[in-house]
Amino acid sequence: MSEYIRSEKVKELEILANKIRQSVIEELVAAGSGHTAGPLGMADIFTAFYFHILNHDPKNPNWPDRDRLILSNGHICPVRYAAMAYAGYFPVEELKTLRKFGSRLQGHPERTALPGVETTSGPLGSGLGQAAGIAYGAKMDGKKFRVYCAMSDGEHEAGNTWESAMFVGKNKLHNLTAVIDRNNIQIDGFTENVMPLEPLRAKYEAFNWHVIDVDGHNIEEFVDAVEEAKAIFEKPTLIIAHTIPGKGIPEIEFDYDWHGKPPTPEEGARFLKELRTLGGKIESEHE
Amino acid sequence: MIWCIITAAITAICIDLMFAPLRAAAMRRRAQRQAKNKMTNEKAYLIKNLKDPKIEKAPTRDGYGKGLVDAGEKDGRIVVLCADLAESTRSHWFKEKFPDRFIELGVAEQNMATVAAGLANYGKIPFMSSYAVFSPGRNNEQIRTTISLNILPVKICGAHAGVSVGPDGATHQALEDIALMRVQPNMTVIVPCDAVEARKATTAAAFCCVGPTYLRFGRSKTPIFTTEKTPFEIGKAEVFREGKDATIAGCGAVLHNALVAAEELSEEGIEAEVINSHTIKPLDNETIINSVKKTKAIVSVEEHQIAGGLGSAIAEMLSQNFPVPQEFIGVHDRFGESGDPDELINAFGMGVEDIKKAVKKVIGRK
Repeated sequence: MSEYIRSEKVKELEILANKIRQSVIEELVAAGSGHTAGPLGMADIFTAFYFHILNHDPKNPNWPDRDRLILSNGHICPVRYAAMAYAGYFPVEELKTLRKFGSRLQGHPERTALPGVETTSGPLGSGLGQAAGIAYGAKMDGKKFRVYCAMSDGEHEAGNTWESAMFVGKNKLHNLTAVIDRNNIQIDGFTENVMPLEPLRAKYEAFNWHVIDVDGHNIEEFVDAVEEAKAIFEKPTLIIAHTIPGKGIPEIEFDYDWHGKPPTPEEGARFLKELRTLGGKIESEHE
Repeated sequence: MIWCIITAAITAICIDLMFAPLRAAAMRRRAQRQAKNKMTNEKAYLIKNLKDPKIEKAPTRDGYGKGLVDAGEKDGRIVVLCADLAESTRSHWFKEKFPDRFIELGVAEQNMATVAAGLANYGKIPFMSSYAVFSPGRNNEQIRTTISLNILPVKICGAHAGVSVGPDGATHQALEDIALMRVQPNMTVIVPCDAVEARKATTAAAFCCVGPTYLRFGRSKTPIFTTEKTPFEIGKAEVFREGKDATIAGCGAVLHNALVAAEELSEEGIEAEVINSHTIKPLDNETIINSVKKTKAIVSVEEHQIAGGLGSAIAEMLSQNFPVPQEFIGVHDRFGESGDPDELINAFGMGVEDIKKAVKKVIGRK
């Protein structure tokens, strides 16, 4: 039992996370390109951020005292866009414009295109540094808002990530909490085959971070970890969220082939049915 | 009799004294004419004798360091980032004055760019300092994605640009940085010609732009030939010398060579117009077009690869508006090497004689 989130709220968020997964599939089918596994794997965490953790105002996305959520691995933006739409940043129908000409929902997020995405991202390894810059500025001015940075595991092969990790540790930016989507896959295969990242926890600890491992699909556990981070003042906190790539659709779970491709319309229909019926456990009004 | 002689002598002395001030003024004028530069635009307020062998010298990075302190005093949002080169980029003067607003990142230029982007995103005005080969060299993609595409007012300050870095050699002599920065949308690119202008450029850049700015500085001591009164406005080229036979448009410390070349050409009867094109982007099209409409020929002068720098910017612009023959003074597709700054400037074809030759050649191509 969490002290930070009621179990009724957790249930609500789990249902919402399922809806967000459905929107991710719909977005990607409409776009005809994009990434599938990562957004599905991070649906629970983005739901927790937008509907429980973040102090934000969708109608006033540039509110100076808002918490900042920096998405470093921009390619999983379909999940962020879906969560933002449900939170009220823009109409849900707009999700269908993902990756289309003239859309605010660029293939990789752009700060100047869509208010609320905070940074332009996609090229890996540069999100943590930007989050650090925001957190450093806020700390200089005694601001109370928090900065979160969602990262992939694969981008820990990039030097920039470690330069930033060192900088954050040096400056004890306790107002910054980083979250790694530890789903073990990247474009060319499993991370430990492409370029081993372990021991990830020990590496961050050596860089003077406080590290918490969580089940990335357990909203309660994730919320607790975020609250724990708030209470630690001498160090920044890293949450290693262990997730299943493609979570919610068993036929693609754990399959790195689904890192960078979208479902076909037929696959999309099958995946939506899977999600709507919770894997056949319930009947869907859509079928 | 004696009285007559005395009276006449006194009268003569009096007359002589009466005219003395006028005579002195004429002599002064003559002396000034000899020392003063011919045809220099008076409104440019340059130093009186460009060829003075005792001309005062300072590196443009000194102007940057002073400008940072000026800007820091004006606005508390100014922060300075540095990647283990505080003293040689002259950002240590800011560090001494405002230690709480100085951020040391160590040898990590990619991180410096991303942290600067974050600081600007939050609302600070960051200046990030390193050698130009590292920033914007090593961190070019981070500048592109997190600063230019993000449209954030980060000031990227590249020191030790050009072959005049000297003994450190090719690895430390940035010759591609103007090109790298000029091709990024939203970017302003400024190359000051001396330490006085560098100071003005730094403070002006602090408050100039919605998007990023690239400022380029040199390591070695170079002539100070502008003054406090010399106009400086980002995006506005200045005619430093008027002429009718050819235009020389230059940026950086080699602009002094261009002015000296123009003075020497004048003795041969060739009058070159010299323009200080300190802002390469946005280029001051109007001033350059107006000049070449008169001269019908142009020589670009810069301490950079001739591909992608000021000369290219001018060629791109003129070919679409008022095509004229152009000669390019700069580095011709090779890396630098160790040596003394002046020796290298001459060896790489950016000396006074090279510019004179280029002017004669371009006039011959009209």
